[in-house]
Amino acid sequence: MKDIDAIAVLQDPVRRRLYEYVAAQGREVGRNEAAEAAGVARTLAAHHLDRLTEAGLLESGSRRLTGRSGPGAGRPAKVYTRARAERSVSLPARDYRTAAELLAEAAEQAGLDAGLCAAARRRGEALRGSATPCGDLEEAVEMLAARGYEPHLEDVEGVDEGATGAAAHVVRMRNCPFHAVAERFPPLVCGMNLALLEGLLGTDGPVRARMDARPGECCVVVETSKNNVD
Amino acid sequence: MTASASASAPAAHLAQLNVATLRHPFDDPRVAPFVEMLDPVNAAADGAPGFVWRLVEEGAADATGLRPAGEDVIVNLSVWETQEALWDFAYRSGHLEVMRRRREWFERHVEAHLVLWWVPAGHLPSVGEALERLADLRAQGPSPRAFTFASSFTAAEATQHLQAAPPAV
Repeated sequence: MKDIDAIAVLQDPVRRRLYEYVAAQGREVGRNEAAEAAGVARTLAAHHLDRLTEAGLLESGSRRLTGRSGPGAGRPAKVYTRARAERSVSLPARDYRTAAELLAEAAEQAGLDAGLCAAARRRGEALRGSATPCGDLEEAVEMLAARGYEPHLEDVEGVDEGATGAAAHVVRMRNCPFHAVAERFPPLVCGMNLALLEGLLGTDGPVRARMDARPGECCVVVETSKNNVD
Repeated sequence: MTASASASAPAAHLAQLNVATLRHPFDDPRVAPFVEMLDPVNAAADGAPGFVWRLVEEGAADATGLRPAGEDVIVNLSVWETQEALWDFAYRSGHLEVMRRRREWFERHVEAHLVLWWVPAGHLPSVGEALERLADLRAQGPSPRAFTFASSFTAAEATQHLQAAPPAV
């Protein structure tokens, strides 16, 4: 299916809600759960989820949701996750991906990491404008969501936040907006991404960005500066 | 995997060598941040999914004291179960932070500085063998004998180039 046809499948509001819900969970989602989240009947949700799978926007599999296996564990249920493939439409046709890859290749060969990071940091600062450094993690989540990072708060195990006794949080991001180029030139492009986020959030405010790469996620974690031990 | 598939395809592991030319002596304060990261990053490698082996100098925690490729060139030689496992460690762990700052500590290499090749499972490549693979990549470009992440070959494609394991004595 062409990208433009796949994206057109999202025009239906129920389908769109189901897609956005599954994408936001970052794990396999069953039909019942998706139906409940989208506020529609299970059969309608199943129809639309399968339609999204046919369009290549979701991937489906089957899993025993009880977590048990063997006889008596019940029939496997159909589960959905967001497809890894990337869709984009540009009208008229433009090819910024190839331009980005060629520029990254040339920058990598010439060893231009420092210059690229400086430009990225300036861009981040320009995007922040005259605003003060990002105030707290909630504000960071908003800024990152607006830039397509799909941020979410995650508990930090074994860390208490001072006298409040509340568990500390960090912001992690499910999406790397530069994924395709980052996969080909990781140190260069991930370094650029970190510099961009440092500029966007500010480096001497209440929150800070730090590189903490994990499989399948953005390379950066955002945390409160008081977690720092340096 | 079916029995016939496992019989026809010998188990292979992915070996990797990378070389890095120091910009300053190893004990220079400008290299200290790199040296500080060595132990935690090596510990992360040892515990990473798919890690098989890495070269360590006898009596040391790492191979930075070995300089088989030149006085100021440090080598990193390791073996992994799959290319994905190596990629995830190299670029999706604390190791990425070392990579990000590589220009602070290491000269930029005009020639290839990383080479990948398949070895029979259980074979631990020697430094000489690893440097030969790098020389092969530099001279011939990527092939099933010696390749890179950007131009990789599967173990099946490299079957005829798998170096025979040393005879069991």
